[in-house]
Amino acid sequence: MRALNLSYTSREQVEVYRFSWIVSVGLPLLMVGLQAFIPVRVHFFSIFDFGLLLTIFFAVSRRSQLSGILTGAAIGMLQDGLTHTPFGVFGIAKTLVGYGASSIGIRIDVENPGSRFLLTFFFYAIHKAVFVAIERELMGQSVNINLGHEAGVAVANSLMAVFLFAVLNRFKIRD
Amino acid sequence: MNLFSRHKNTVVLATVLLAQFLALAVQVRRQTAEGPVRLIRLIAVTTLAPFERFFIYSGESVRGVWANYIDLRHVRSENLRMKAEFERMRLDRAREQEDARQARRIQALLGFKEQWIDATVAAQVIGTSGSETSRVLYLDKGTKDGIRADMPVITPDGVVGKVLTVYGETSQVLLINDPTSGVGATLVTSRLQGIVKGTATGELQLNYIMGDEPVQPGEALVTSGGDRVFPRGLPVGKVVTVSMGRNLFLNIGVKPAADLDRLEEVLVITQQKQRSPDVTGLGPIRASDILAQHLPGVPPTVPPTTPGAVPQQLPRTTPTVQSSPPAGGPAQGSAQNSSTTKPPATSPAGSNQPKPQSAKPTTSAATTTVQKPPVPKPATPKPTAPAAGEAKPKPATADRTNP
Repeated sequence: MRALNLSYTSREQVEVYRFSWIVSVGLPLLMVGLQAFIPVRVHFFSIFDFGLLLTIFFAVSRRSQLSGILTGAAIGMLQDGLTHTPFGVFGIAKTLVGYGASSIGIRIDVENPGSRFLLTFFFYAIHKAVFVAIERELMGQSVNINLGHEAGVAVANSLMAVFLFAVLNRFKIRD
Repeated sequence: MNLFSRHKNTVVLATVLLAQFLALAVQVRRQTAEGPVRLIRLIAVTTLAPFERFFIYSGESVRGVWANYIDLRHVRSENLRMKAEFERMRLDRAREQEDARQARRIQALLGFKEQWIDATVAAQVIGTSGSETSRVLYLDKGTKDGIRADMPVITPDGVVGKVLTVYGETSQVLLINDPTSGVGATLVTSRLQGIVKGTATGELQLNYIMGDEPVQPGEALVTSGGDRVFPRGLPVGKVVTVSMGRNLFLNIGVKPAADLDRLEEVLVITQQKQRSPDVTGLGPIRASDILAQHLPGVPPTVPPTTPGAVPQQLPRTTPTVQSSPPAGGPAQGSAQNSSTTKPPATSPAGSNQPKPQSAKPTTSAATTTVQKPPVPKPATPKPTAPAAGEAKPKPATADRTNP
């Protein structure tokens, strides 16, 4: 709680939430499953990273670094299972995002749509940077980044986060 | 204990990251000059190597001072001897190059093997990886339907990818536009061969074409068969952009023939067969044999009424062309279409039958049934062993001179 004293948020804004186990387990499964299925019909949908959005949402809502780490690791490993890359690529990236988002969630207001937009944009960039670093340095693959494309994807994910978080707020249970 | 509880979150973060890092290091195999090596072994070696190198270099430098500066006896005479050796090896090399060229010609003429699609399984695309960075598809067919790893996946338009992992009732397909994918491809007009790879943004690039080669936008690309996954002659795409790369190679952008973003049904090639042109018994062909077929005085031969009868007018070495059905399927094609060129693997989606494109007559001198009477033709005769191979119908783009 010492960190709360350093934050610039009101008492209401640092409210800690929890989620039922059905939501905690079922929602990531559902969203990652949808993310895998929908692009077959709507290819544009593949730009959205629902795993990342859920990691950020759970982390900033629970405001627990431990929970953020474990949630990020679990969702990342789930996504790794659907790709052809080794387990751990998305896992490491989302673990760091979960830790970072829960740390930031303690300090700033994350209920505001504007801050959610910026938060998602920032963590999308972090996620991408970690992902590229793993691909290049650990897996030895040449990954070329199209900055314009990535910026567009980050904006799209951030916009999606604003709407998605508003819907997911309904599943929050005040601790 | 107090320290742990104070930094609990950091410790957990470090533990989780370390666990995943180790898991990754165990799974990943890095390509080295000596072949793939597990990343964890590479890390261990990379960590320990500097110490080992230090000790080795220390000893070597002491030895080097002695060997390179002090003990230089007999160097001049050895130099002369090596120069003479070098001249002799240059002559050997020239002779061996000629032998190699001859071997390649013979290999192209006799050892050429063709791949034909014998069976396919139609499959429905049921999912993707959900990530832009991993371009894979999931199909609704698996081991129960005869799917195996490394099987090519195509559509009537062109190649799609290859089966990466197979489960009981599903399989994972790596698309050709994934950065880790690679397809051996040939430019149809210029016959240049390269490797088509995906980029991070999901586009296709043809790699390893030298900068001075004349490649034009619009030129079609087909599979070369060199990757031993895809049969030769399947459409891959078309060249859309050509520019000079940073190194000696061209940057060639390729538009895929199949619409990789909108795949709903695909065909998995479950059975391919390699067939060599049968040249047994053809023997050496004399110029008089060739002329005997085409001299104006030679009357047309009446086709034999009984199978197995060989007309007397035919030279002994004239190859006969017979259409043979693909294994496990009905007879396809005939002697009439033996000279037509059909692209392989363009059967309609949903068909599980052996593909009709595989009208693949085999040339066999042992076959005594003559389908065509040896009517004199104005066409250039090709009765030699390689020409017998060329008498067969072939994939639209099969390059017979560069197997």
